[in-house]
Amino acid sequence: MSLIGHNTPPIFKRGPAPTVRLLLYVSAALVLLVTDLKFRYLEFMRQTVAVVLYPVERAAATPADLVLNAATYFATLAKVQQENALLRRQQLRMSEQLMRHQQLAQENSRLRTLLGMRDELPARSVAADVLYAAHDPFTRKVILDRGSTHGIAKGDAVVDERGVIGQVTRLHPIQAEVTLLTDKEQAIPIVVRRNGLRGVVFGAGAGQLELRYLPATADVQPGDSLVTSGLDGLYLPGLPVAKVLRVDRDTQAFARIFCVPVGGVEQSTHVLVMGRLSTPLPPMGGDGDKDS
Amino acid sequence: MQPTNRSQRILQPVKLWYLYLSLIVAFALTLIPTGHLPGVPDWLALVLAFWSVREPLRVGLGTGFAFGLLVDVGHGAALGQHALAYVLLTYGANALSRRVLWFSPLEQALHILPLLLLMHVVMVVVRMLAGADFPGWWYFTGSFTAALLWVPLHFVLLFPQFRPVERDDNRPI
Repeated sequence: MSLIGHNTPPIFKRGPAPTVRLLLYVSAALVLLVTDLKFRYLEFMRQTVAVVLYPVERAAATPADLVLNAATYFATLAKVQQENALLRRQQLRMSEQLMRHQQLAQENSRLRTLLGMRDELPARSVAADVLYAAHDPFTRKVILDRGSTHGIAKGDAVVDERGVIGQVTRLHPIQAEVTLLTDKEQAIPIVVRRNGLRGVVFGAGAGQLELRYLPATADVQPGDSLVTSGLDGLYLPGLPVAKVLRVDRDTQAFARIFCVPVGGVEQSTHVLVMGRLSTPLPPMGGDGDKDS
Repeated sequence: MQPTNRSQRILQPVKLWYLYLSLIVAFALTLIPTGHLPGVPDWLALVLAFWSVREPLRVGLGTGFAFGLLVDVGHGAALGQHALAYVLLTYGANALSRRVLWFSPLEQALHILPLLLLMHVVMVVVRMLAGADFPGWWYFTGSFTAALLWVPLHFVLLFPQFRPVERDDNRPI
């Protein structure tokens, strides 16, 4: 640079060569990719940026909201009245079920004390709205407008009025990312309601689910309903998940069982985030091993 | 400005605040939740490519990297995925900048289209290496819409620079 004692005039100073800069930035991006995809070390950084981006995201979501709500806004009074009547009828039916549920819950807890079993774990739930479906075309995710400050925890089940639609997989202070059941990476432990057979359901793409790793002779029929088993310590037991669509037994040792989700997995806009107040699992490690 | 392009007019220098404002607006546009609608252009990539061609000394790899990280968080994608793609895009656009400005906007768009396609291919390869499914061919249609938008965008983004130096009350703009 100072070959004969002169500094380079600033007009020629452009920093390192473009190729060098390209290599630097590409390697930085690759390091970030590996740390994020393999080790998930960068959640804190992601959360910080997400909070800063929140107002921009809300602003950007407005036009989509307008388009979606325009139909509702111009709905006629008659339609609203109709819907109101329907909801009233529904509420009446629900309240009848609720009364019976309370009585059954009391009876259940009495029977449990008689049998000397531990009481069922209390549950907590937070109502949330789906802000929008995540843009990333490689996954099936939605963003909720509630986050850790509202009492949502990572791993909570997300349900709509019909059944489970997904699980909270990434938590920000005021937002939560929900991986839908149909995502390829998403798995949920279930039991077949009819006979108590346990299994794990995976996302299979195209709005379908697959019940994997059951032998070809397993007693599963089309039409069977699958509910959460609660064995994972995250989901509450008994939430409806899916219905068996068809069973392929003549492939290999395992049956190929395709199911459709019961909940409106890619449609629902109002959801309930349900979790357990405390985890029922014994602590991992030395103590647990000694007991068993 | 030296006459390095076909334009007969000598443009005014770009205003930095306008350049960054356009990038931020494009970023907000990419955050509009369009779900998995096919053919939605990546606005930010388009505007980044535009300024990397026009102002290679001001907008380059660093800008691409920073905005890429923001998009990664906003889209819930893998951190570094868009950053990598935008770094390659701005590098390509910077390298093309001397050549591309000799062409008309439509021909410029044809130069930019392979860059945009390359950007999408890089993202697909990265995510498929990480175990994701192939998103389908519709994923690539966004770069074609983006290339088409290059022509109107050319006039919108250069509009402030088309203004004459001294104000004349008899002239409309």
